[in-house]
Amino acid sequence: MTAVAGAGSRAAPRGDPFVPRPFVVRRHRQDTRDTWTLVLEPADGATMPFAAGQFTMMQAFGAGEAPISISGDPARPEVLEHTIRNVGAVTRALVHAGPGTELGIRGPFGTGWEVSSGRGGDVVFVAGGIGLAPLRPAILEVCADRASYGRVLLLYGARTPEDILFGDDLRRWAADHAVDVQVTVDNGQHAWQGRVGLVTQLVDRGGFDAVNTLALVCGPEVMMRYAAMALRARGVAPARLRLSMERNMKCGVGLCGHCQLREYFLCVDGPVLTYDVLEPLMSRAEL
Amino acid sequence: MQTITDYLPQHPFFAGLPEPVVALVAGCAVNVHFRPGQHLFHEGEPADTFYVIRHGRVSLEVRAPAGSPVVVDSAHADDVVGWSWLVPPHRWLFDARATEETSAIAFDGACLRDKCDTDPAVGYALLQRVVQVMSTRLQSARIRLLDVYGAPV
Ligand SMILES: Cc1cc2nc3c(=O)[nH]c(=O)nc-3n(C[C@H](O)[C@H](O)[C@H](O)COP(=O)(O)OP(=O)(O)OC[C@H]3O[C@@H](n4cnc5c(N)ncnc54)[C@H](O)[C@@H]3O)c2cc1C
Repeated sequence: MTAVAGAGSRAAPRGDPFVPRPFVVRRHRQDTRDTWTLVLEPADGATMPFAAGQFTMMQAFGAGEAPISISGDPARPEVLEHTIRNVGAVTRALVHAGPGTELGIRGPFGTGWEVSSGRGGDVVFVAGGIGLAPLRPAILEVCADRASYGRVLLLYGARTPEDILFGDDLRRWAADHAVDVQVTVDNGQHAWQGRVGLVTQLVDRGGFDAVNTLALVCGPEVMMRYAAMALRARGVAPARLRLSMERNMKCGVGLCGHCQLREYFLCVDGPVLTYDVLEPLMSRAEL
Repeated sequence: MQTITDYLPQHPFFAGLPEPVVALVAGCAVNVHFRPGQHLFHEGEPADTFYVIRHGRVSLEVRAPAGSPVVVDSAHADDVVGWSWLVPPHRWLFDARATEETSAIAFDGACLRDKCDTDPAVGYALLQRVVQVMSTRLQSARIRLLDVYGAPV
């Protein structure tokens, strides 16, 4: 394991990182046809401070464990918020955990976005699909300290208009916090009045000072690869371009090797890594 | 009020073109305006126009056998619409519909082709720009084909 790579800020788990802490689901909201947000509170009452970009290992007892990014507000560590897309056995059990259900939580793990290092310049968030959820805490952090940043853009691509997450947030960020929110979908029906096209096309349109920009990208790996290329083509420096590499993980503490990407253990060196580290790795088919 | 010749160099499609070339192609252009819901053109019709969008939003749509048309792409300020004026048989391959108040500059395709044929340097410069647009849209379509966000389970 090499200690370099990502952004630095992180919070560490309390106690034994292998022992899940019990959390209780307090609120349960369906965001889209396959995605739900759970708001949880610790059964033992102790808060769980975290850095935007970190994840936890969520355990649905009897079904298994999955790494899920924290989608809540870092300024509110008393609640734990997760936005989960139902794609298989574990996530199905998690999204169906209604109010009162107890879940096991390990973490927080991994590196954060460290968005505050972008103070004084422009910030560009590029999100694809469920990738908006891990970026949400960083966007909330910027909104809470909006005057410290220059232009702030959120470029968000979703599959269809029905798959757009956090609609109320998107409107509020644009209206109350001067975030330039641009949404595009892969497929639109006749009634859709917005953009249709790839999220990288939004990057190509610019609207930010590339040399003084921090870019944070989260989404499917293929989308991130093309988004990173588009940001580089506009002049964003590789060290100011961060991606969240959400490859599957198991232990969360850099022991099992499940998430190894060459010399990096993504659960501890990542998930957030800078593009100068990732560029040579992302284009290699076998990694 | 800004004339078409004044405006064109500010549009990304024409940026960097020598002034005489801009003046030449501006001779083929008129300002046009579309209300929301109004079509710029329909699939199958002769493609005799090339649009440079100044403001607004245009949906590029394909009619499906049943149900409403599917929006396959959209164009906005700083985009251009249509390359069928350049490619035989010069027929539109999709519908284009304004989804909000849209101002554009419409170029007469036959007039443009004529200028390109007369002066191959102008033709090459325009073709390079059109190919860039086609390449971006093709790349976008290819990546979207991958359905990277995944179908709902
Ligand atoms: C650091 C990190 C943060 C994550 N954050 C979130 C989040 O905030 N919200 C969320 O919904 N999901 C998130 N994920 C993905 C989530 O962990 C997986 O979807 C989950 O583990 C799938 O488990 P399952 O048993 O439900 O499905 P499985 O049966 O294990 O898998 C179902 C399908 O999903 C694919 N899949 C599984 N894991 C991944 C992955 N990591 N990346 C891409 N495809 C995968 C499988 O190949 C399979 O096709 C994150 C993953 C990581 C590593």
